[in-house]
Amino acid sequence: MVGKDSASRTVFNIFNYFVLGIFGLICFYPFWYLIIYSFSKPELANSGISFWFKGFSLYNFEQVLKLKGIGRSVLISVARTVGGTLLTVFACSFMGYLFSKPEMPFRKFLYRMLIITMYVGGGLIPYYLTISAYRLTNTFWVYIIPGMVSAYNVILVKTFVEQLPPSLEESAVLDGAGYFTVYSRIILPLSTPIIATIATFGAVGQWNSYMDNHLFVTDSRWNTLQYLLYKFLNSTQELTTLLQKGNTAAYQQQMKEASQLTPMGVRMTITVITIIPIFCVYPFMQKYFAKGILIGAVKA
Amino acid sequence: MVNVNNRRINKRKKNYKLLLWLLPFMIPVVLFSYVPLFGWVIAFFEYRPGSMLSSANFVGLKYFRQFLTDTIDMSRVIKNTLIFASLGLATSVLPMVFAILLNEVRSRRYARTVQSITTFPNFISWVIVYSMAFAIFSTDGVLNQILMGLGLTESPTNLLADVKAVYWFQTLLSVWKSLGWGSIVYLAAISGISQELYEAAAVDGAGHFRRAIHITVPSIMETFIVLLLLSIGNFISVGFDQYFIFQNPVTLRKLEVLDLYVYRLGLLNNDYSYSTAIGMVKSLISLIMIFGANQLAKKVRGTAII
Repeated sequence: MVGKDSASRTVFNIFNYFVLGIFGLICFYPFWYLIIYSFSKPELANSGISFWFKGFSLYNFEQVLKLKGIGRSVLISVARTVGGTLLTVFACSFMGYLFSKPEMPFRKFLYRMLIITMYVGGGLIPYYLTISAYRLTNTFWVYIIPGMVSAYNVILVKTFVEQLPPSLEESAVLDGAGYFTVYSRIILPLSTPIIATIATFGAVGQWNSYMDNHLFVTDSRWNTLQYLLYKFLNSTQELTTLLQKGNTAAYQQQMKEASQLTPMGVRMTITVITIIPIFCVYPFMQKYFAKGILIGAVKA
Repeated sequence: MVNVNNRRINKRKKNYKLLLWLLPFMIPVVLFSYVPLFGWVIAFFEYRPGSMLSSANFVGLKYFRQFLTDTIDMSRVIKNTLIFASLGLATSVLPMVFAILLNEVRSRRYARTVQSITTFPNFISWVIVYSMAFAIFSTDGVLNQILMGLGLTESPTNLLADVKAVYWFQTLLSVWKSLGWGSIVYLAAISGISQELYEAAAVDGAGHFRRAIHITVPSIMETFIVLLLLSIGNFISVGFDQYFIFQNPVTLRKLEVLDLYVYRLGLLNNDYSYSTAIGMVKSLISLIMIFGANQLAKKVRGTAII
């Protein structure tokens, strides 16, 4: 069936490979630029860099991680990603399982009550006042508690659990196992594909979020990496203060060592650090794209 | 037979233990999704942050009237929102085109590589997109370095602070970020098309183009229409992150969409009541549009989308 291509087909093929290749390059180049900039010698990169490293060096990474607040913000970001993901995976998978039980009283009403939250929200100010009223501002909990239950993740798990053969549960129920035992011993191990989907997408969401930090946390001890990057991008002032100011002798010594850092170099380096974890889970995520689309569709 | 009967009885018999397990998880739903709805009352009071609601003056529909009569800011913000929404609608056909092109590639390896690279930007935050845009498009950015090095421009340009470029530049950025991801749903739809259809068409003498136009396109049109209907409900929710991140004093005039306006009015100007009123109107319009889109879907496709 694969005969000789017609001339117009060949022209189209070349054009097609070219267009796709160009768009691929446009998507790739910004990431490449970040890499060559941050892995080059700061002063050389600052004088102009476009396609290749200039004096390959790890200096930026060594120094940036020592800057005040950066190391801690990395820890906070990791903590919220791990904690928030575990919490949301547990809550949503257990709820999904519970909602799959037809013997639940008021099931339709409660399920609708959950689904409505995807479409109706109080808006920014009422939400802000609510969070303040619960005294969640300036706490770590504001990162992981409010977003714990996500309606679309519950839908995903419920749909998945409903497809499992009921016979799998029955023997355990006959042995007198309760709902939680059935969930943790039988449902959870069988639901790994859907759990992995909500976990990876949830983790990326947690790692990427900065708005809760911006709105609810003014105490810099709880700053996340994304938010620090946002602040450095927005005010050069903030960044130069960080690069210059020092109150202790040890800190000043450290700053002397860091004196070669440039504002752009620091920005690029932090950007690379924030991308690395996503890059690492990306191949893993690709396996769950198909299910993730469902997340996207439900979300939309 | 006995078993079947038992099951039927079990189905009717409710188990209240389930509610006990569910309760701890429904509490946060109520606390974070339902309690804020009560905050809507401040739209009817002259409420200032820090004071008590009981001491605030009841002003009725004052802020809703203000919303309708404020022709300076409101018309600008609504215009921006509608322009971004329309540009988003116009570019929503691109993921479908991209998927068709990707499907026409013979080398699976090439297609997979392009797909992996172009999908990645979907998973990075707008903060990072901004950081990259800053490195590339700002005055000292690499684009200016290259253009000036080649002698194509005399003086550096800063796209990030160019008011004239705002609409198309932001649209291009969002296409860059979401095109690859958006095409996956179409690729899935294409892979579901029966190979026999193509073979039958080939036997009938249809070339590649005609097969793409007469088989691929109609087969994935359904997906396109569903996504289009879903997007109607979100038409005025053009997003917040992108505009919040990219705003600066120069471009704000054109970048300010409804959600950003609500944010600035409320949290920067402390105009809590008016900001809440606008948010309420926006929520109601969105709800009506979602409901409308759903009814439309029922008529067009016979099934609801939500």
